[in-house]
Amino acid sequence: MLATASTQPANVSEEVALSCRSLVKRYGEVVAVDGIHLEVRMGECFGLLGPNGAGKTTTVEIFEGLTIPDGGRVEVLGQGWGEGNDRALRERLAVQLQETQFADRLTVVETIAMFRSLYKRGWEPDEVIRLVELEEKRDARVGKLSGGQKQRLAIACALAAAPDVLFLDEPTTGLDPQAKLQLWDLIETFRSRGGTILLTTHYMEEASRLCDRVAIMDHGKVIALDTPNALVESLGADEIVEFSLDGFVADDRLSRLPGVRGVRSRDGNYLLTVSSVAEALPALLAEVEIHQARLVGLATHTATLEDVFVTLTGRKLRDA
Amino acid sequence: MPDVIGAKPRPSLEQTPPPTDAVKTGPLTGAAPGPEASGAPSLPATSRYRSVNPLLELTLARIREFVREPEAVFWVFVFPVLLAVALGIAFRETGPATVQVAVEADGRQGPGSSSGRLMEWLEGRSDIEAVLLSPEEAARALRTGRVALVLQPSPSAAAATGNPEAGETVSPRPPLPDLDSEGLVYRYDPTRPDSRVARLVLDDALQRSMGREDVARVRDEAVAQAGARYIDFLIPGLVGLNLMGSGMWGLGFAVVQARTRKLLKLLAATPMRRTHFLLSFMLSRLIFLALEVVAVVSFGWLAFGVSVHGSILELGVISLVGSMSFAGLGLLVAARTRTIEGVSGLMNLVMLPMWLLSGTFFAATRFPEFWQPVIQVLPLTALNDALRANINEGLPLAASLPDVLVMAAWGSASFLLALRWFRWQ
Repeated sequence: MLATASTQPANVSEEVALSCRSLVKRYGEVVAVDGIHLEVRMGECFGLLGPNGAGKTTTVEIFEGLTIPDGGRVEVLGQGWGEGNDRALRERLAVQLQETQFADRLTVVETIAMFRSLYKRGWEPDEVIRLVELEEKRDARVGKLSGGQKQRLAIACALAAAPDVLFLDEPTTGLDPQAKLQLWDLIETFRSRGGTILLTTHYMEEASRLCDRVAIMDHGKVIALDTPNALVESLGADEIVEFSLDGFVADDRLSRLPGVRGVRSRDGNYLLTVSSVAEALPALLAEVEIHQARLVGLATHTATLEDVFVTLTGRKLRDA
Repeated sequence: MPDVIGAKPRPSLEQTPPPTDAVKTGPLTGAAPGPEASGAPSLPATSRYRSVNPLLELTLARIREFVREPEAVFWVFVFPVLLAVALGIAFRETGPATVQVAVEADGRQGPGSSSGRLMEWLEGRSDIEAVLLSPEEAARALRTGRVALVLQPSPSAAAATGNPEAGETVSPRPPLPDLDSEGLVYRYDPTRPDSRVARLVLDDALQRSMGREDVARVRDEAVAQAGARYIDFLIPGLVGLNLMGSGMWGLGFAVVQARTRKLLKLLAATPMRRTHFLLSFMLSRLIFLALEVVAVVSFGWLAFGVSVHGSILELGVISLVGSMSFAGLGLLVAARTRTIEGVSGLMNLVMLPMWLLSGTFFAATRFPEFWQPVIQVLPLTALNDALRANINEGLPLAASLPDVLVMAAWGSASFLLALRWFRWQ
């Protein structure tokens, strides 16, 4: 299970699972979703990446039929919400919400069985429990589960419906690294069987590992949309040099250095996208020397989606 | 990508269990049906899983959640029985009731004083309990309800000297030594029923001992048969009160809690029928309803001999309709409330008037006439009246039909409004 790198995996069809055009949602003065267009294909794992408050959750909840948009057209599996066929549509969707807390006093199997009973077709609760590896907790009260186990329970309740489309809102937020990996495996299993996924996240590792395509959202708008690889490649750079200066060097001086493709600076913190660290670093050190500035910190790493976000917005994903 | 759990078996196509028949035709095999196939009957609608009735599963979940909550069980089953015990003991028959009065001391203590002689005379009476208090203490005792009336001896009598001959007794009640018959004062609050009773009893005793003759000949006949005691009145009221409390608290809290935990929102995203969800709350009440009624009624029967004179089946019907009417109200109160604090306030707002007005502890008909139209259409009044008609009077259900209709109207109207206004997020 490598990071999903291919642009078009075999089981992604041409058929459209979810689409929206000019989607708008306002909460009073705040425009949560500002005219976005998206198209998710059958069998695809599509990610909405962005900081908190970017409008990801609102967008997903509009697709889930939980929030009514103020404008734009939404289609889920070829039909819109409120066209008299909502219940049949819901039979084919399953949802995990960010903040759901299940009843503490029910057991794992009872909770899954209750959700299973709401759908006409689906999986047996015990099969889903095996899939999410909660066999040992089958008869444990939900209140006694750990955070990761609760999150797997949430996914189990969704999978019990054997959905065509699975919506995941920040599925791994607050989980420890191991629980996160377990959940990623689970999501990949669902996808490998042809399931369609729309997920939101503010972890760029999550988006680049799980998603076939990623839409980067900020302030209710989609500011970039492509495969994770293509997004990183769009930086035109393989590596990133980050440093802080005690002193000042003008951005345009830095951008003229050999091997440097782009410069971002903010309060003495600099971010260079470079095609070759070996070429750019000596030149950078020399430039700093000329300006009699002092290098406080220096780090280089391979470009990631995080850098794409920083390059596009000037802010980091987590503290944006 | 580092593989932290590399040693662990991971779920994969090979290791995952074979899907049910339903799933085989589902999308997990990659054969995603087109939009026109949504909910298509071509998919087998059953899986091997035994229970796929959503209403049953939702109701079971409700019941499990409730019985696993020890506090809820206490308030629904134990508390009403404790209340019946406490009230039953407080109001149990202990011979004729006595009235509490205070005699105001007139400064000159001792048997020679008029208050002293009044006290002496009062001590011989079984129906009046008297204490001798200073004016300040007497006023305080009246204010705090320790005595129902304060008797102030006539000030001029203070000069009178005691007459020992008057002490000879012919009747079981010693006659009052000749006091100045002018200037006695009864100090009491005429709006307090116990004060008015005290005034009547005391005045009657005083007047007779001072020589008043009764004109009409009357005979008292004491009635103390089972069915006409206070506890007989109280037990049906407690059944009604308990059905109201458990119905409203039980549903209101559960709904609001599910809302604050975003469970309602998740359920709203499933194909669940909204009526099923609300009905599951009402149905779960059925189980507890039976237990609640049995607990209080059988306690009343075993401890106080309060028997059910009417049909048990009809008692069940009355309790059922009453319980459903409060379940509906509970859902309505919780239909839009977002917080536990909010729903608690609303619950109290709805229930407090019924606690006071609906004739649980004393007859609702005691309230002023112009309130009666309102009081009589309250669901708890209807339930209490119907329960008393069955338990105490043994009347058939037909006699309580208006009450049953009132309850059914409350239940169905509030259920429908709750369904319409229900906030899922």
